[in-house]
Amino acid sequence: MTDQVAGTALAPATAAGAGMPVTQRDVPHRGGPENPSAAALAARFGDMVVRAEVVWGETTVLVQASALHDIVAWLATDPAERYEYLSDVTAVEYRDFDRPLEVVWHLRSLVHRRFLRLKVQLPKRGALVVPSVIDIYSGADWLERECFDMFGVRFEGHPDMRRILLWESYREGHPLRKDFPLRGRFSRAEQLKQALAADPEARYSMEELSIAQAFDSLPLDMRERMTASRTAAGDTEQNPARVGE
Amino acid sequence: MGLTPAPDRRVVTADPGPSAGSQDGWFTTRLDFAVNWARAGSMWPMPFGTACCAIEFMSTAASRFDLARFGMERLAYSPRQADVLICAGRVPFKLAPVLRRIYQQMPQPKWVISMGACASTGGMFDNYAVVQGIDTIIPVDVYVPGCPPRPEALMHGIIMLQKKVMTERLRDRTRHVEIEPDPSSQLYIPPSRIDELSEPFGNSVHQTRSNP
Repeated sequence: MTDQVAGTALAPATAAGAGMPVTQRDVPHRGGPENPSAAALAARFGDMVVRAEVVWGETTVLVQASALHDIVAWLATDPAERYEYLSDVTAVEYRDFDRPLEVVWHLRSLVHRRFLRLKVQLPKRGALVVPSVIDIYSGADWLERECFDMFGVRFEGHPDMRRILLWESYREGHPLRKDFPLRGRFSRAEQLKQALAADPEARYSMEELSIAQAFDSLPLDMRERMTASRTAAGDTEQNPARVGE
Repeated sequence: MGLTPAPDRRVVTADPGPSAGSQDGWFTTRLDFAVNWARAGSMWPMPFGTACCAIEFMSTAASRFDLARFGMERLAYSPRQADVLICAGRVPFKLAPVLRRIYQQMPQPKWVISMGACASTGGMFDNYAVVQGIDTIIPVDVYVPGCPPRPEALMHGIIMLQKKVMTERLRDRTRHVEIEPDPSSQLYIPPSRIDELSEPFGNSVHQTRSNP
């Protein structure tokens, strides 16, 4: 196996502006050269790959949710692919209510200078659950939590599926859903009361605090408070939004 | 708009009024003046900067506008050594308990300046995440309008606050009332009034776009 040397996509040394990245010009909206990984995926996973399309020069591959974890694992490790960097995990909800919600993974292969977008469609009437890729990319941790926070998509296999931007006792749903009113569901006074009732120090899991290592040497009251808030957070069931009302 | 008029105890006039002048002797009024002069002339501000207003605050504190001219050269980055809290920028609901706790940690007497449109009213962020005016969670003495206010505007607000401090009287506690929050809701404005004031208007009324 010979690695492609990073930098071979740069302009040849003889051209004007040598060493500068080549800017693609006249990229068509649809069509154009497809990322070779799309064909490789279709050859290897068959029916699990629904379709591939090229939009503005970027390849999007629509796959089945059940095979997503295998596909990402293969893309990350296969020597011909080596998508070692997960840039983003997010979701899209379209205004058309019957159109399914899409979860999007942006993968980048630094060695091969490739960008690949994976999509999974989730019908809104069903459960919004996709497999987590946190065992492949550790960086997926907060991305998936943010996606859960904003869209209510659960990532199966994520060890710590909590809200990340909003506070944990937030009861109004998932704000980036189309059925979420811009100003929230509750009245302003109710929102204020609930926000003030939140304990500013109870939002963090012990895992993400460096204090977790020093837990045993903390004062007793602090230890009790942290354990109590932890169990309280575990017992509280998140009240999901009224999906698809 | 059908708003119920509520007496606003936070409005303070610069005029000392008859209650102070008629009963206080020379000594108490001079003592008042000395205490107020000391307080107003050496206010330590604690900046609570969350957005672009904080940039203007930094500019105000820096050499060109020179906040030190008003006795504020010592910025207190701990609420325990601060006299005036300058809330500069939008406050999301997640920050509301933090701001409340910082205010509670300040020693009395304490004052609050709400700097900019977002801190005063929520500004353009009329959405699910932003507190619509910090006066619902902490009492505010001076509102500085602007988006963001220029340093001159903030300095004007600071001078207004100093004038307000100069009107305080030892014998007349109504001059500086540490108002207590509503015991049931812990808000400084009654919940019904908050809902009335933040009634949706304009395009916000029918904001749910995709309900079939």
